[in-house]
Amino acid sequence: MYSNTTMMIEIKDLHKSYKMGKNSLHVLKGINFNVKEGELVAIMGSSGSGKSTLLNILGMLDEADEGSYTLDGVPIKNLNEKLAAQYRNKFLGFIFQSFNLINYKSALDNVALPLYYQGMKRAERMERSMAYLEKVGLAKWASHKPNELSGGQKQRVAIARALASDPKVLLADELTGALDSTTSYEIMDLIQQINDEGRTILVVTHEEDIAHMTKRIVNLKDGVIIDDKFVNQVRAIQNV
Amino acid sequence: MFSLERWQEIFETISKNKLRTFLTGFSVGSGIFILVILLGVSVGFQNGIENQFQGDAENIINIYPGETSIEYQGFNEGRRIQLKNDDFDLITKGISNEIEFSSSMYQIFAGLITYKNESGSYRVEGVMPDYQFLEKADIIEGRFINANDLKVSEKYVVIGNRVKKDLFKNGSPIGKQIKISGLNFKVIGVYTDPGGDREEGRVYVPLSTAQIVFGAGTDIRSMGFTLPKEDNYDLALKESSAFAAKIEQLLKKKLQIAPLDESAINISNNIENTKEIYLLISAMRVFFWGVGIATLLAGIIGVSNIMLIIVKERTKEIGIRKALGAEPLSIVAMILHESIFVTAISGLLGLIFGLILLEVVGPYIELDFIRNPSVNFNIAVSTLVLLIAAGAIAGFFPAWRGAKIKPIDALRDE
Repeated sequence: MYSNTTMMIEIKDLHKSYKMGKNSLHVLKGINFNVKEGELVAIMGSSGSGKSTLLNILGMLDEADEGSYTLDGVPIKNLNEKLAAQYRNKFLGFIFQSFNLINYKSALDNVALPLYYQGMKRAERMERSMAYLEKVGLAKWASHKPNELSGGQKQRVAIARALASDPKVLLADELTGALDSTTSYEIMDLIQQINDEGRTILVVTHEEDIAHMTKRIVNLKDGVIIDDKFVNQVRAIQNV
Repeated sequence: MFSLERWQEIFETISKNKLRTFLTGFSVGSGIFILVILLGVSVGFQNGIENQFQGDAENIINIYPGETSIEYQGFNEGRRIQLKNDDFDLITKGISNEIEFSSSMYQIFAGLITYKNESGSYRVEGVMPDYQFLEKADIIEGRFINANDLKVSEKYVVIGNRVKKDLFKNGSPIGKQIKISGLNFKVIGVYTDPGGDREEGRVYVPLSTAQIVFGAGTDIRSMGFTLPKEDNYDLALKESSAFAAKIEQLLKKKLQIAPLDESAINISNNIENTKEIYLLISAMRVFFWGVGIATLLAGIIGVSNIMLIIVKERTKEIGIRKALGAEPLSIVAMILHESIFVTAISGLLGLIFGLILLEVVGPYIELDFIRNPSVNFNIAVSTLVLLIAAGAIAGFFPAWRGAKIKPIDALRDE
């Protein structure tokens, strides 16, 4: 069964350190891990464990010092800015803790932004973005600006935006960190539905309950993976 | 640059960031506006100074005859020279291409002028239309003598402001008949003269009329000429001296005067007295150019600062866009496109408002030292182009730096 499934993310011996003045801070000390298509993985760890750094490298927002990273069979190495931008647009969808919506654009225009950078025509862009807003249940709010939306709604817009370009992998960084627990579970329910459709999703979190709503938990401590196990997924809908 | 999608994106950004757009536009627009006004005022100031210091045109050359001091070609010394109309024609026809304004004159120094019960003794001058510019007489009512008046020897008179006050008090003299030496003349204009009361105590009639009325035949008392103005005093002096020498030579030959005779033809060249004015004007020109360039520099620095702030303010947005797949070049293009567009539109508005203000209000400004401020349109437009280009160059570096920021750093920027 495993052999039939595409390997989406392959990471071998990944190292990353940051220079802090004279000292060098070794954040990732040899990470090895693979993610198959359709997985829903939680990356856990306390702050300083290196989980965000790992996510940034996966998202091509940051570069590793050593090791290899292959995304859907494409080696991610020595990318120039332009190529990195194209790969990000094509392969990845980002969901951030602080939403990172552009505050002067409407929900619909925010969702459409990745499509603009794909060079899609306006009419098609708007039609497709509307479909994704509908999917996250915010079709009625399409013309609202982010500051007219609740936290949960903003995160739904961000999820619609991440999905708009039909990426291979969704990367979520503490996506429920700014939300109360009921809203968090609603958002996780949406994430589970998207995963059920076969989308590969990585979630960075430090919350146990959120982690248990994924299918696999990878535990990071001091820059190494100390634990990597499949879990029985708790359906978020039960908690709502 | 011409992609419709980009324009849509730009218009959306501009229209949804009204305050930012307004502030950028306002500072660029007002900068250009101030610059245009400043350039205009500097021209007005120059006009004002030139006008203040000059009772007569500063480069006027006056010619009046005297007596010969050397016997020549059978004539005794001590012969009175009388200039005639054809002497004037000789000069204006012979070297007309060098002359700007010219007039011959015939004057009576004490003419009795009466209007109803008021009367006074004033200088009466028979002049040609150009005399207005030689004398720098400004018409405040009616008009000056024209070529037709001269041709048909109209009995028209243009009176000085002092004469008007003496004879007419506060009423308008235009169209009224006054008596000069017992003959009726119709008042057609009133002038003021920067030379003051003394020069406003004269009346002008057509030369031909004066010659008939005072029985002068074709006699004239003097002639005046000006040459086109030179920017540089030394050049003006040189041209003017050469011109005076040429006139002297022509007249001496025609009137049979010894070439070395120094008293038969008197030439007063006013330009020799105006060196200070030329120096003042050129110093002022340097000063206003300096102020203009400094203002422009301040404008450029202002635009650069705004650009820097805009990029700083948009750091997070840039990070988001990059995370979503914006290439660095598209970020630079987006920022520059937007800023050049806003700068160009608002700069143009500032330019237009400045020009309109100068056009509408300018002619009414008659302060002692500022007259008719105006601005050279080409200079104004090149200033605008320079400012936009400077804004674009100044904006490019922050935009480039903004595009180079790692998205992860930009996203952390709160």
